[in-house]
Amino acid sequence: MTNYETHEHDVIVVGAGGAGLRAAIEASAQGVNVGLICKSLLGKAHTVMAEGGVAAALANVDSQDTWQTHFRDTMMGGKMLNNWRMAQLHAQEAPERVRELERWGAVFDRTKNGTILQRAFGGHTWKRLCHVGDRTGLEMIRTLQDRGVHQGFKVYMECTITQLFKDGDRIAGAFGYYREDGRYVVFKAKAVVLATGGVGKCYLVTSNSWEYTADGHALAYDAGADLIDMEFMQFHPTGMVWPPGVRGILVTEGVRGEGGRLTNNKGERFMFKYLPEATKNDFAATTEEAEKWVTATLAGQQTDARRPPELSTRDNVARAIYTEVKEGRGSPHGGVFLDISYQDAERVKKKLPSMYHQFKDLADVDITKQPMEVGPTAHYIMGGVRVDADTQESRVPGLFACGEVSGGMHGANRLGGNSLSDLIVFGRRAGLGAAEYVKALKSTPAVSEDAIKDAIAEMELPFKIGQSNEAKNPYDLHKQLNSIMGTYVGIFREEGDLKTGIEKLQDLKEQVKKAGAKGSKAYNPGWHMCRDLRNLLVASEAIARSALSRKESRGAHSRIDYESTDPEQGKANTSVFKSGDEMKLEKTPLPEMPSELKELFAKKEPAHA
Amino acid sequence: MPEAIMKVFRGEKDSGEFKTYKVPIEEGMVVLDAIHYIQQNFDSSFAVRWNCKAAKCGSCSAEVNGMPSLMCKTRMDKFEAGSEITVLPIKTFPHVKDLVTDVSWNYEVNKKITPFSPAENANWIFYQEDIDRVQEFRKCIECFLCQNVCHVLRDHDRKDAFMGPRFLVRVAGLEMHPLDRANRMKYLKDEGGIGFCNITKCCTEVCPEDIHITDNAIIPLKERVVDEFYDPIARFFRNLFGRKEAPTPAEKPGT
Repeated sequence: MTNYETHEHDVIVVGAGGAGLRAAIEASAQGVNVGLICKSLLGKAHTVMAEGGVAAALANVDSQDTWQTHFRDTMMGGKMLNNWRMAQLHAQEAPERVRELERWGAVFDRTKNGTILQRAFGGHTWKRLCHVGDRTGLEMIRTLQDRGVHQGFKVYMECTITQLFKDGDRIAGAFGYYREDGRYVVFKAKAVVLATGGVGKCYLVTSNSWEYTADGHALAYDAGADLIDMEFMQFHPTGMVWPPGVRGILVTEGVRGEGGRLTNNKGERFMFKYLPEATKNDFAATTEEAEKWVTATLAGQQTDARRPPELSTRDNVARAIYTEVKEGRGSPHGGVFLDISYQDAERVKKKLPSMYHQFKDLADVDITKQPMEVGPTAHYIMGGVRVDADTQESRVPGLFACGEVSGGMHGANRLGGNSLSDLIVFGRRAGLGAAEYVKALKSTPAVSEDAIKDAIAEMELPFKIGQSNEAKNPYDLHKQLNSIMGTYVGIFREEGDLKTGIEKLQDLKEQVKKAGAKGSKAYNPGWHMCRDLRNLLVASEAIARSALSRKESRGAHSRIDYESTDPEQGKANTSVFKSGDEMKLEKTPLPEMPSELKELFAKKEPAHA
Repeated sequence: MPEAIMKVFRGEKDSGEFKTYKVPIEEGMVVLDAIHYIQQNFDSSFAVRWNCKAAKCGSCSAEVNGMPSLMCKTRMDKFEAGSEITVLPIKTFPHVKDLVTDVSWNYEVNKKITPFSPAENANWIFYQEDIDRVQEFRKCIECFLCQNVCHVLRDHDRKDAFMGPRFLVRVAGLEMHPLDRANRMKYLKDEGGIGFCNITKCCTEVCPEDIHITDNAIIPLKERVVDEFYDPIARFFRNLFGRKEAPTPAEKPGT
């Protein structure tokens, strides 16, 4: 039998971005034995790409801000489909988690008073995003990494998990391989925290890296957890559109937060006409009012002017850009223009240094002199593993999830900046939840030899197939998947398309069984892709089926055949789970919000002082 | 469509050879795109480490036509059309496969650095001008290109005695934090081996984040070490007025 190495931990954390690191730090601090598993090198996870900031109602810049307003903004942004308890905990705890990062060495930009500076972002009533220029994610991951190094947990780098083990109903461990030489590894663990991030690689145009292949979504699904809200895929309105090699790479919302203007090829500032009636009064009515707000913001002054329309929520801005391009008012490379060049060049370079270099080095565009070209890019999935709000435990005992792989916190649409705060609030809670679960366990779950054999056989298969003439190139299959998702399950959806998409995904599932690997097991990306494709298919099918079932438009889910929002359908989450070999779907009622929180939505605060 | 001739190192653990591939060139293409093209069309087992493709994660370091670079930032159009483009793994670290090297030594060095140690009664008020320099150091994306070109590590292989520019930058970021109270001078002098650096500035030249590694981080740290250990007047005043104490490297930070 093929060899493997074995490690034992109380808790293993799968994924080492912000959520995974924070979970590992917390579980370890609770005195349990922790192993942290990262698919890449430590410190390279996707959090490093987060740019604009972390949302927390510190009220350093706009003193009116409170957790209640942050809670309300989050629920309104999520079109009230969020798990209210998660949104509440998030808004209440984010300020303390940000202060904690500062105590651990994070160096945020400062206000004139020497406190943490906060900037405006889409959907946030007040200036709320704590930031470090446009590299906030790097600051956060480095701070957690350096903290974690001294916490005493073991780190397994470049290690991919392919199976979760169970003993009866309970989690018992996980199986994986090391990239370096392909050797197998068994982790015996009493609890597993999934912090694997998202599913962006389902799409061709995405801001996500190769790692984002829905691993945690699929592992949890296979282990018996349910995935909720999978129809809600966030397309970030501003990704690069040119040159071809960088298409989809993120352009931070911070550009708009700093006053960036969106225009079409006629020079129209089109966002004014795409503001939804419900929130229209929160935004500037004229260019002059928008400019007044920007001037005051840059000077660090209060103003009675309202925010520019570019700061509408992401779902809305993405749809607007898509529509402008489709109706022939796009830029030369199929996007729209985003312009910050009217501002002082040195200030732009200081506040948006990565954007300056990204465009200069990769697109020959000097953003202090010219507009950028931008268009929507698959960025973030709101849906994920359904978890208990307080402990982050899934319906599988011992299986926890936090960060992007979990669902519920962001409802139908996530506000910018709420992801980084999600990571640290719920990363900590998952670490705490897992540690408490382990301490209460009466007996240690066992991993069966048969399960290990099956896990090994699954990974060996692509090499056997690779020797036959029928073997498929995994990269070609990935392109087919991207094409299906882009064509039939994109930003705008329609019943016929979705049904066709689901059929094509079923065909592709059969093809993926023939994905073959060549060469040795040492650092072999083709072999890895053979396995990743299966995870991507689970997420793609979940997105398509959930989208088909929601016959309304809400947040990031836009149906051409059901354009309006239906209050009845807003009372339930879509949930998918595995039954035999099939994906089953059901609608589950939203948890009931307590009356004191409901009252927050009855009275409306003035948008700006 | 114009083609690039990519001459790429293929093999495992140093035993290997150059292989040449013809890759069609698109507008605005970078070297990492060409590598991915080879992977997807000629050999799916071709190993390369990459993540963000936007010069933010520091994973895709390699030596392109002899120049240590991030492949995601190196444009194909900077090379003459039709000429061979040679891509090698970075030299200073043990070879794993194709363009991938084992950089785990760096993570071991990092563990030995005394972490951020703020005063217990700090009020957490400090100003932008106090942290501009620290923020410059914290831009580091850990691509390890500076470690790769440092001759102490590359030519003399003194990983046993010298921490390298990346970690001098990290120490500088901690030492210059307005609220940090630890003293890392003895560590820098002894285990860190700061004396090995003879400020040839090779590290600064290859830094994709434009951190002034030598001028802003290493030289000020060298001056502090000199003040601490070799300046008799400073030593006299230190004995008179006391000094900040250095905790042991393994000590956990306070919460």
